Amino acid sequence: MRNLRFLPLALVALVVAALVWRLANPPDTDVQSAMVGQPVPAFTAPAALPGKPTLSTADLADGRAKLVNFFASWCVPCVGEAPVLAMLKQQGVPIVGIAVRDRPADLLQFLSDNGDPFERIAFDPESRTQLAFGSAGVPETFIVDGHGIIRLQHIGPIEPGDLPGLVKAVKDAQ
Amino acid sequence: MIAEAGLAALWLAAALAILQLFLAFGPSRVRTLAAEPVRSIAIVEGLLTLFAMAMLMWVFERTDLSVILVAENSHSAKPWLYKVAGAWGNHEGSMLLWVTILGLAGAAIAIFSRRLDKKTLTAALGAQGALALGFFAFLLLSSNPFARLDPPAFEGRGLNPLLQDPGLVFHPPTLYFGYVGLSVAFSLAVGALITGRVDSALAKAMRPWVLGAWIMLTLGITAGSYWAYYELGWGGWWFWDPVENASLMPWLAATALLHSINVLAARDSLRAWTVMLAMIAFSMSMVGTFLVRSGVLTSVHAFAVDPKRGTVLLALLAFYVGSAFVLFALRSGKLSEGPRFELVSREAALVGNNLLLTVILGIVFIGTLYPLFVEAATGAKLSVGAPYFNAVAGPLALMLAVLVCVGPLLNWKAGSGEKLKRLAVPALVGATVLLIAIVAIPEGGALPKAGLGVAAMLSIAAFLPLLGRKLRRTPLSTWGMVVAHFGIAVALAGMAASTMLTKEVLTAARPGEQVQVGPWLIEFESVTPTAGPNWTALEAELRASRGSGVTVLRPQARYYTSPPTETTESAIATVLSGQLYTVLGKPAEDGRWQLRLWWKPFVTFIWLGGALIALGGALSLGGRAWRGWRRERER
Repeated sequence: MRNLRFLPLALVALVVAALVWRLANPPDTDVQSAMVGQPVPAFTAPAALPGKPTLSTADLADGRAKLVNFFASWCVPCVGEAPVLAMLKQQGVPIVGIAVRDRPADLLQFLSDNGDPFERIAFDPESRTQLAFGSAGVPETFIVDGHGIIRLQHIGPIEPGDLPGLVKAVKDAQ
Repeated sequence: MIAEAGLAALWLAAALAILQLFLAFGPSRVRTLAAEPVRSIAIVEGLLTLFAMAMLMWVFERTDLSVILVAENSHSAKPWLYKVAGAWGNHEGSMLLWVTILGLAGAAIAIFSRRLDKKTLTAALGAQGALALGFFAFLLLSSNPFARLDPPAFEGRGLNPLLQDPGLVFHPPTLYFGYVGLSVAFSLAVGALITGRVDSALAKAMRPWVLGAWIMLTLGITAGSYWAYYELGWGGWWFWDPVENASLMPWLAATALLHSINVLAARDSLRAWTVMLAMIAFSMSMVGTFLVRSGVLTSVHAFAVDPKRGTVLLALLAFYVGSAFVLFALRSGKLSEGPRFELVSREAALVGNNLLLTVILGIVFIGTLYPLFVEAATGAKLSVGAPYFNAVAGPLALMLAVLVCVGPLLNWKAGSGEKLKRLAVPALVGATVLLIAIVAIPEGGALPKAGLGVAAMLSIAAFLPLLGRKLRRTPLSTWGMVVAHFGIAVALAGMAASTMLTKEVLTAARPGEQVQVGPWLIEFESVTPTAGPNWTALEAELRASRGSGVTVLRPQARYYTSPPTETTESAIATVLSGQLYTVLGKPAEDGRWQLRLWWKPFVTFIWLGGALIALGGALSLGGRAWRGWRRERER
């Protein structure tokens, strides 16, 4: 019974240890998509712009690994991401886009202001395709291999520092 | 100059805290002379912190944009009240408020606890000084609220619009008075452990502080619950959110302490236990402050968080709580056991109360920190939600409520069970209500139905201690107990009834259409634009009727400009039998609007009950203070 006196102290030590651990390992608040490792969801989408081919599930299994970039003309970080996407395109990475909750006129303006690295652009007016991919925001980028399997999810804008890793990931997916 | 004056006051107060610490725990020659100076120092320190807080409120009132804190959290176009209250709507200001209350608590011990023996009082003030010093250092070194911005900003960034609400004026200060008021109990417990004098005199000195802090905590939690209920637009009144739990845990500990302290005061029993509870109560306050300020747990209160500051706070927390419990481990063995008591006695009932409250505290504590432990141990992420808390803590809380019917009818020491016969009527009423609930209400599980039955029983049983007494001669503190216990019944009835009977409708409707929710028929009239001092809004007009008479509700979807934020402002119609709660959502492409409508029968009883519980505490505190004052005068 006497040793019970040390029980509160032991509990305090345990709790403090757990809190120290948490401070040292801040929680990862990004929600990773459960679709990573799965085939891309089936979707069909209207073309976003005249003269630009749209994108469907079949286009993502054409034998080439590629980036699928969810973006929007109303998304400020997407503007910052545009030059990095252009660099990726220069390095030979195929990029397709899905414009989320966008309008054709705004989209056209966005592409003429910030460049157009996309081979194809699909229109996703109600975020359905985005939700099917397990993506929660824009910009978000997925690497899909030649067989249409989602290999990697990148949440948030791609920074210049992310380039080498992404290029390698695309090569590996090939 | 205003900001500099505030900063200077803080530095001075910190210097006084060092002096206080030295005088209280220094060489024995110093200590023997320290009693009087330490008291004066504590009082001056309290006044200095109050001055610093006033200066911060002043720079906020003036929207002095050369102060970083103001520039980052205020805005010149904000209504006056929220400018001033905005002083504590951010990390630094909130910590300054915390420290201010700590300083005032120290001053209050020095002024009011003169009947305590000198050594214990000095040691307690020393402990209070040690607490204050750590938090002064935290403020001055890592969270200076008065830091300047050069050149000044043109305009402030504004306050989080969710905070622009009368709730901000009321909720944080009351909660902090409760949290930090418990520091007095903590310091007195530490002081008494150091001097070895844990007795009924200590309990009597500690009781008013515990009672006062507990009243404030009760009010703060009740107000916070109502604020979240109407502001967040989810229609719930308790989410088992980590930060809510952080305020519930000190309350549970303080409630247990409040009851055990009576045993110590009246019968000189439960010495070590009471001291430990006093330490736990304030430790829980510090844990709560840490959880809110560091943002280590995912929560709706995730504003103003900073992991770096969390490290410093955690170090302070570990030091204070750790030292207190080291002291407890070393010294509590020397405390003699108090007088014994029978199994059927008021002491035993209070021990039962304490055990149940402590177990509930443990359940909440484990539920709150369990995800953290699991992730640390296995890396798995999980969250603990309402189903766990309700299923595990709920039945225990009901057992406690039944015990509340019994305890006050027992005598100290060795009670005869004679008065328990009086419980026959309430028990019968409770059983009848339970039976009716089971038969008449198909929705809801067993727990809310049992809750309704227990509430019915307690609502009558709470008044039994008055039976056979001359009402005008009954001490106020007894009235306080009766009112507080009746408040529990009221709150419990509200929780149970609203859980079982709430009707929810989530719909999309065009203006001109009608929606039925529960007994209400609601006509969706129109949506029109409107504007306030720093927001614009779309406002729906809903005309609600049940039978006769029409109530107009105007829920809004608000757009704040600084910072740009969308909020929903629910519109609530309160009637005797409950609340009609309406929220305007987003428009759909086809001209329909999302509407969320709830009919929540008896939901107001929850907060009414909370207010009654606090009122009971206030009656008891007032009664004891009055008696103390009269006794003092007779001498």
